[in-house]
Amino acid sequence: MSQNIIQISHLSKTYKDGTVALEDINLNITDGEIIALLGPNGAGKTTLISAICGITNISSGKVTVGGHDVIENYKKTRALIGLVPQEIALQPFEKVIDVVRYSRNLFGCANDDAHIEKILRRLLLWDKKDKRIVELSGGMKRRVIIAKALSHEPKILFLDEPTAGVDVDLRFDMWELIKKLREDGTTIILTTHYIEEAEEIADRISIIDKGKIQLTEKKAELMQRLGKKVINIKLDQEIDIQLFSDEYNLSQGPDKASIIMHYSDAKKDDSLDRLLVKIKKGKYKILNIETDEKSLEEIFLDVVGK
Amino acid sequence: MNFYAIKAIYVFEMSRTLRTLIQSIASPVISTVLYFIVFGSAIGSRMEDISDVSYGSFIVPGLILLTVCLQSISNASFSIYFPKFIGSINELLSAPVSYLELVIGFISAAVTKSMTIGLIILITASFLVDIEIRHPIWMVCILFLSCVSFSLMGFIVGIWARSFEQITIIPDLIITPLVFLGGSFYSISLLPDFWQKVTLFNPVVYLISGFRWAFFGNADVYIGYSILAILVFTFTCMLIIWRIFKTGYRIKS
Repeated sequence: MSQNIIQISHLSKTYKDGTVALEDINLNITDGEIIALLGPNGAGKTTLISAICGITNISSGKVTVGGHDVIENYKKTRALIGLVPQEIALQPFEKVIDVVRYSRNLFGCANDDAHIEKILRRLLLWDKKDKRIVELSGGMKRRVIIAKALSHEPKILFLDEPTAGVDVDLRFDMWELIKKLREDGTTIILTTHYIEEAEEIADRISIIDKGKIQLTEKKAELMQRLGKKVINIKLDQEIDIQLFSDEYNLSQGPDKASIIMHYSDAKKDDSLDRLLVKIKKGKYKILNIETDEKSLEEIFLDVVGK
Repeated sequence: MNFYAIKAIYVFEMSRTLRTLIQSIASPVISTVLYFIVFGSAIGSRMEDISDVSYGSFIVPGLILLTVCLQSISNASFSIYFPKFIGSINELLSAPVSYLELVIGFISAAVTKSMTIGLIILITASFLVDIEIRHPIWMVCILFLSCVSFSLMGFIVGIWARSFEQITIIPDLIITPLVFLGGSFYSISLLPDFWQKVTLFNPVVYLISGFRWAFFGNADVYIGYSILAILVFTFTCMLIIWRIFKTGYRIKS
């Protein structure tokens, strides 16, 4: 059974000006999973990551990483973590390979050029290794900060908005990279504005709003519980919707020959089955059935009340 | 101890110096040589000896310290302010590096640069004026301690500063006047009694006096006081830095 690699208990953060950034956060992150932290701007996602990584002071509560307290045993916890920050902060006049080596050393590891080469090749940066940071495009710089975060072979990788402002190709590349890292056993904590991203790669979703965790659930269960489906049943002739609407959550399609049903997996009733029986009894022929599922984005907006 | 991190910070800082060799080393050396030419040779030849030392030789320790102190502050403040400015300080804060290791990495690089500049100036000066060093070991020790203490001070300035302008405020408005008025170019015994007493409140007086003692064997202030003053200043800076990291002042939210 997988263990919790990160345990966050009653974590709160209040800034000096009184702004409450995090309020009583409780969250366990399982070894080897990909968890996506979703939330609007200012929800507290980056503050949460900063508190775990040591960039911001914790007001109250406790965070352990790999069983070690992030304050008392900060050297052990930080050695386990790689952080890809939201902002690209790189020394502009250094060479790519030098800044990646620097990060590896900073995290207490001896030089390992074979490993650095592997990472740079994986991120398509090998042919740019002797370029200065200032000569790189925005997308390439983002690859460099990922290479830096991976330089010391972390067990946990924080990705704070990793695909913000990158083109579609790079975004897909990053998704592939994240999946490969998970296969290698890396635990990944991802914050993102792109809900599509969470939907594509996350195992679990945690929605944060106004400094509080609103819910944390496995993606599949969340989609099933809160996800609603719209089923469009196309029939061979016009129908009288009154014959059906007393019993079901139905409406008539614009062509008057189709039935639109709002359906939820979570209800686990037999309403769809009963509708199909009724259609058959009414001598209608079913020409087509289309389903449209509610996206994670819509679920997210429901949860944060927008 | 994370020696890899200390070495990484040190090498990173030194490579920045080597990349900007003219700005880092050549320009302070050139400006100091100009001082020697003007004060040491041109004007100095018409000045009387001070304590049996020619004026040209007399100003050597003061000029070395003037440059070394300013360079220590400038190097150390920039080395920590720049990561703050571009945001890469978060990498330092999230790395398994203690505050002591961070300070050792940055300060040792700043000290290396300043010491190098100081020694280059000394060698350059030896071509222009006669220099005799009575206490060479003390000379190196005082130079080293001066570099360390002013680098620590520069580190504090770099953390305190919120703009590039603020980095230059302390060296330009406080340190430069203190060094000039601390006897870089004159012996404080030449001052009227009242101003001699006032000057003793300037901590740089003890530094310059001690350094000059290492060169010529005589000083304005008893050498023991000079050593004590340098040590007190160094420990005060260390205490402030310890407090900064303890509270996260201007580096951690």
